[in-house]
Amino acid sequence: MIRIQGACSVNHQSLFSGLDLTLAEGKWTCLLGSSGVGKSTLLRLLAGLPTGAEFSGVITGAPEHVAYMAQQDLLMPWLNVQENVLLGPRLRGEPGHLERAQALLEQVGLGGFEQRPVSQLSGGQRQRVALARTLMEDRELVLLDEPFGALDARTRSQMQELTADCLYGRTVLLVTHDPAEAARMGESIYLMTAQGVESIPAMQGPPPQAFDKPELLKLQTQLLHRLRGDTLKGSVN
Amino acid sequence: MNRALYALLVTLVLLLSWQSIVWLTGVPRYILPSPQRVLETLWSQRNLITEHALITLLEVVLGLILGVLLGVVTAVTIAYSRLARIWLRPMLLISQALPVFALAPLLTLWFGYGLTSKVMMALLIIFFPVTSALFDGLMRTPTAYIDLAKTMGASRWSLMFRIRFPAALPNLASGIRLAAVYAPIGAVIGEWVGSSQGLGYLMLLANGRVKTDLMFASMLVLAALSVGLYFLIDASLRRMLRY
Repeated sequence: MIRIQGACSVNHQSLFSGLDLTLAEGKWTCLLGSSGVGKSTLLRLLAGLPTGAEFSGVITGAPEHVAYMAQQDLLMPWLNVQENVLLGPRLRGEPGHLERAQALLEQVGLGGFEQRPVSQLSGGQRQRVALARTLMEDRELVLLDEPFGALDARTRSQMQELTADCLYGRTVLLVTHDPAEAARMGESIYLMTAQGVESIPAMQGPPPQAFDKPELLKLQTQLLHRLRGDTLKGSVN
Repeated sequence: MNRALYALLVTLVLLLSWQSIVWLTGVPRYILPSPQRVLETLWSQRNLITEHALITLLEVVLGLILGVLLGVVTAVTIAYSRLARIWLRPMLLISQALPVFALAPLLTLWFGYGLTSKVMMALLIIFFPVTSALFDGLMRTPTAYIDLAKTMGASRWSLMFRIRFPAALPNLASGIRLAAVYAPIGAVIGEWVGSSQGLGYLMLLANGRVKTDLMFASMLVLAALSVGLYFLIDASLRRMLRY
């Protein structure tokens, strides 16, 4: 279990405070919030990346190394598909891993694309290479920073399914501004607004939820209301 | 195909207007020789011109290779190390305040009348554009690339050579393109200041003897050499770098 508690400020201006977020082992946690609310800062804190913000608090249980996937696929244009999947080992100077890269590419449905230049891939294919590269890192904790934000609706829903499938059993933190995505993927959901972070009951069972479930649509609507800060008459049922 | 046709057409029009100026004004041939006469000289003096052109070409190519190598090493060093940046960058900038042409006599004094002083001249003139183009690229690696590499546990060294350097290669390519244009200038200036070989030398020689046609022929070859070199380098850079 990973737990983050504390407050964060940028130039003495509070970004968020009173944060208490728990990532359950082997589960998907979704952090939902509008742009600029500090979601990515939180994720970068976990990843050990520079945030430009001051954090005072404690992070317990976070592993030293994480796998990280962002909205941009960040494929290196000078490397082909296979070399991109092998980026981590390349950077650490570990040779080999070819068979695993091959297997991962097949797992994400890109078998036979090994030698392609990445410039020839579609947006969805590129994000699948990025997924294979993330899996190559083989980390317990996987941080996803709006990884499907730039994809069209069809590709996005397919990528959600593929990603859930590939990351089964790992601890995942998904940062998103899309209520539908949070509802579909979160086994626990945190809503982050200027007022603070609150936990919201999520759907039962591992992701992805079938996107046409009535309860899912209801949850999605509720999340959007909360995100907008609408005052609700009673509880939404 | 179309572009080649246009280029040919433009050349023809230029040649024609040149020829007609000579016809219409009756300007003496030692002031402005007709294109026909220049082409005749080019052909009759082809051995002499080729001999000197090869020397200039050698100077340019050597200067290019050494200048690019030195530029790359310098750019990587100052991008990698903050200490090197503090010490070397002001020196680089100050060195640019001196016109390289002013150094030509000194280079001739130091490195003699031969090949070396011209290679040094070409090297010096291209060193700065190459260094600054690559350095710019190295300092502008997308932060997201660096973040990703850091989460993967990349060392500073591998961040430089596996991420920042390849990401900056398009910038280096622009620097090399500029260098291809500047290097012949450097070599010819070097030849003007002191030499017994090369197209620059031949031009001065022809000028002094009022063999304006030979001077024009040398200039034509120099221009062809520079343009040819530029297109060769541009085409090979395009082939090598597809991003």
